[in-house]
Parts: sequence; structure tokens; C-alpha cells
Amino acid sequence: MSERFVYLDHAATTYVRKEVLEAMLPYFTEKYGNASTIYSIGRESKKAIEEAREKVALALGADVKEIFFTGSGTEADNWVIKGVAYANRQKGNHIITSSIEHHAVLHTCQYLESEGFEVTYLPVDKDGLVSPEDVRKAIRPETILISIMFANNEIGTIQPIGEIGAIAREKGVYFHTDAVQAVGNVPIDVNKMNIDLLSLSGHKFYGPKGIGALYIRKGVKITNFMHGGAQERGRRASTENVPAIVGLGKAIEIATKNMDEYNRKLIALRDRTIDELFRRIPHIRLNGHREKRLPGNVNISFEYIEGESLLLMLDMKGIAASSGSACTSGSLDPSHVLLAIGLSHETAHGSLRLTFGEENTMEDVDYLLETLPPIVERLRAMSPLYEKVKEGV
Amino acid sequence: MYSEKVMDHFMNPRNVGEIENADGVGEVGNAKCGDIMKMYLKIDNGVIVDAKFKTFGCGAAVATSSMATEMIKGKTVEEALKITNKAVAEALDGLPPVKMHCSVLAEEAIKSAIADYMKNRGISLDNDGGDCNACSRRCEDVHEQFDEDSA
Ligand SMILES: Cc1ncc(COP(=O)(O)O)c(C=O)c1O
Ligand SMILES: [Zn+2]
Repeated sequence: MSERFVYLDHAATTYVRKEVLEAMLPYFTEKYGNASTIYSIGRESKKAIEEAREKVALALGADVKEIFFTGSGTEADNWVIKGVAYANRQKGNHIITSSIEHHAVLHTCQYLESEGFEVTYLPVDKDGLVSPEDVRKAIRPETILISIMFANNEIGTIQPIGEIGAIAREKGVYFHTDAVQAVGNVPIDVNKMNIDLLSLSGHKFYGPKGIGALYIRKGVKITNFMHGGAQERGRRASTENVPAIVGLGKAIEIATKNMDEYNRKLIALRDRTIDELFRRIPHIRLNGHREKRLPGNVNISFEYIEGESLLLMLDMKGIAASSGSACTSGSLDPSHVLLAIGLSHETAHGSLRLTFGEENTMEDVDYLLETLPPIVERLRAMSPLYEKVKEGV
Repeated sequence: MYSEKVMDHFMNPRNVGEIENADGVGEVGNAKCGDIMKMYLKIDNGVIVDAKFKTFGCGAAVATSSMATEMIKGKTVEEALKITNKAVAEALDGLPPVKMHCSVLAEEAIKSAIADYMKNRGISLDNDGGDCNACSRRCEDVHEQFDEDSA
């Protein structure tokens, strides 16, 4: 196998940063107190949780009282959508979202449809952008929630969140954004952007997995998620995962502080990769908006080949990446996001997502640029679809 | 997720390519479902003397194409028609349950190529191998079938 390992799947998850791990470790062993107790090690845990909460609040421009820790990004999405829906049932039963949301949002909305709610799934344009005007037109008197993701996990497109937020505010409808992919990559200010609710997840910005947070603007009506003790002010009961909360706090603090430099670096890696792949490989297409995209995201469809084969061959060369092909999703349909931006099934099957992160270098890009074109060539030579193209020209 | 044998046949596929003036050619699957397989056969006196393939598809699709061509070489047409997708998968030391649908294509590609050969010769078959299920079946049906099988 390959001696080299190049990880290009940071949108799937990141490693835990060394400083983050170090901050977490004492809370597994010597500082193990339950934060609800009154003796010293309990108070220490409580203090650590509140410090982490301040760091999250600071990163979002929110108040500490508006931050609630959850078990994951998925949990934050479930809580916010079900919680707002159930708490505002008397007002209405209509939710607006987009067709390219993460399954944590889409499947929750589909569940609510089975409970009698109505959901509008807004389309996106060829670059994956939601139109703020479409949002405005979809609002009805009975609309209780608008949920549009900040940045897409597959194609990296960044939505006009500020504009959508302004419309939601003007119309008096709660606005939620799944910012799991955006936090640490894009500056966020919940007040300037009129965001009422926001989900985030620790493992996308060098924090631990299995910890997330939900921002809930003061005054927003939402049901409690976990019924039990008084943790998270009774809204999300259960003994706090102190090391994970501490880790998330440390990670978001570092990510916010380093954002400019981090972005500059990732954009350089991303842009060189896109430009060079287009120069070296024919019949490819960039998925997602060319500029309004996450700094580390490259998503390209290679016509006439299938994504899983591509991933397996890259893996043999030590490159870890991902794809929207059906054969990698366990279902027979390719990614709903790629279909929503208008790709044919064939083209969607041949997609490759490369997401850069902190430890990547230009040498990694060089290695990718050396490795990928021959693999594409080899798979195309094997493809009955490519044969027809060659005959055609 | 894949056995070593699957990975071997994926990384070093046997019999990739085309056969000029093939006696039978079959193409099955569709790009909508993610896998397309095209098989070429050279048949001499009712015996498959050479087989080649081209595949658009995942690791399982490539590996089953490769294994299927290996299995039918040297066999009579009648023997080749008896090869099932399960036999191909077993020869590869198994496939993950979600990938069994990909192995159906290998079986169907053999049948489709042989049907083409028969048609070219004006021979008719009682069990009409040319009526390729994988081509007409919708993706969802194939999926459901294997969900049931693996349940
Ligand atoms: C946009 C988006 N939302 C939600 C999630 C789910 O987050 P978690 O893995 O923490 O449940 C992810 C991560 O895969 C994501 O990318
Ligand atoms: Zn397949």
C-alpha cells in the first residue's frame, strides 16, 4: 500500500487538535465531578462548562444564556425543528427549508410531515444557491420556521444567510440555520444576520465528535428536548459531557481566532486544485458556486466514471476523499444535493469531494495532481460510456 | 468492506477491453442506478474461448465483471447460462449485502451476451436469457429485492 497518507475529507470530520485534547484530558480523570454538585470538583466542572459556553457565544456574537450544548449537530437540528414546530402549533404548521439540506434537517422535516406539518422544500439554482426571493414568496400566514443551511456539506456553496435572515425578521418568522459546516470557516454574527436559531457540531473544526450546540435567541418559543434533570436549564437534561464541552469550547475559540489565516491557506489549496484539475483532465465539471464556497471545498464530477471506484483507487494511493455516488451511500440514488443542482444521475455518480484542512500542504496538492489524472484515465478506459464519447469525436 | 479477492479483481481486473468481431455482445444496467456492464464473447463450437468486459460502476461491479469473465472462459454456452450472481459473489469470497445488486449485472451481462450470440446464429432459447431484468427493472426494485434477501 501507499506510504503516504493525505486526508482530504475534513468536511466528514477533523482530528482533534492537540491543544483541544490537552484541555479535555483532565476532565476525564482528576476533574471528573458532576457539574450539578456543590463540592469543589463539581464546581470546577460547572465552571469549565460555563467558560466553554462563553467561547461559543463569543464566536457567534450571542449571549451566553442563548447557548445550549447538545449531543451532536444532528441532535441540534432535530431539537430545533421539532421543538419549534411543536411549540408553535397554534400559530401554524408550515416550515420552509431547502432541497439541499443535510439529512439531519431533511429527514426531520419529513418526519414532521407525517405528523401533519407542511414543508416547502425550496429549489436551488445550478450553483446550489437558494434565492431569498423564493423564501419571501414561500412565506404564508401559517409559516412558523425557515431553516436554510449556512454552507452545504457536499458542494460547499455558502447561502445568502444575511438576506434570508432580514426577510424572516421582516415577516416575523423564526429563522434557523444549520451552520455545522460554516462554523470556523465563515464569519458568523447571529444579530447582524438575523439568525434566531443555529446548529453547530464540534468535530468539523478540530473538536471532538458527539458534541454540538444550539443557539436559541432569547424569547424564541421552542419545546425542551430532553426531559429530566435541570442541566442546560432544564431544556436538554442529562449529566453534561464535560470533556467534550470543554473541547468544543477550546476548538471554537481557536478556530475563530485563526479564521483569516486558515481561510487564506485553504483557499490557495482549493483554487490551485480546481484550476489544475481543469487544466489536466477533460470532461469534468465543478459542482457548487465558484466563489461563494467553503474555503476548503472542491467538488468535481468526472464524466463517464463512477465515484466509488475513484475513491477506492485514491485510497490505494493513500488519499482519503468522498463522493456523492450512489454506490458509496448505500442506496441506489446518488446525492440529493447533486441532483438538486441539475446533474444527471450519470454525472452525479462520478462526483468527487475533496475537503482541505489545517494539516494539508501544497505538496499534498501536488501529490493529488500527480495521482488523480492517471486514475481517471484508467477508469475511463474501462468505461463503456467513454467508448461512445470517443467514437463520437 | 470488500474482501481481499474483491479488491484484487478491482485493482487488477482480468479481461478488460473489447473483442473485435465478437460473436456475442451484451450491455446491461443503466447509469441511473450507477452501474453499466458491457460483455464481449468469442464463441467457438459452443464453447466460450474468450471474454472481455467494460464496466462503469463501483468496486463490486468491476470485480464481479472481472470474476464473471474468468468463470465463463472455457465453459460451454449452456454451462455459462447456469452461472448465478450468487456464484460470482461467492467466488469473490462474498460481497457486502448492499452490493449484491451490482453482482446481478454480471449474471445478466453473461445472459445478454449469449442471447446476442444466439440471435446472430438464429438459435432460439427456451429460457430467454436476453430478456434482461436489470435493464428494465427500476433501481428501487433491485434495492428492495436485496433488502429482503439480506434481512
Ligand atoms: C451540514 C451538516 N449538518 C449536520 C451534520 C451532522 O452533524 P453531527 O455529525 O455532529 O451529527 C453534518 C455532519 O455530517 C453536516 O455536515
Ligand atoms: Zn455498484
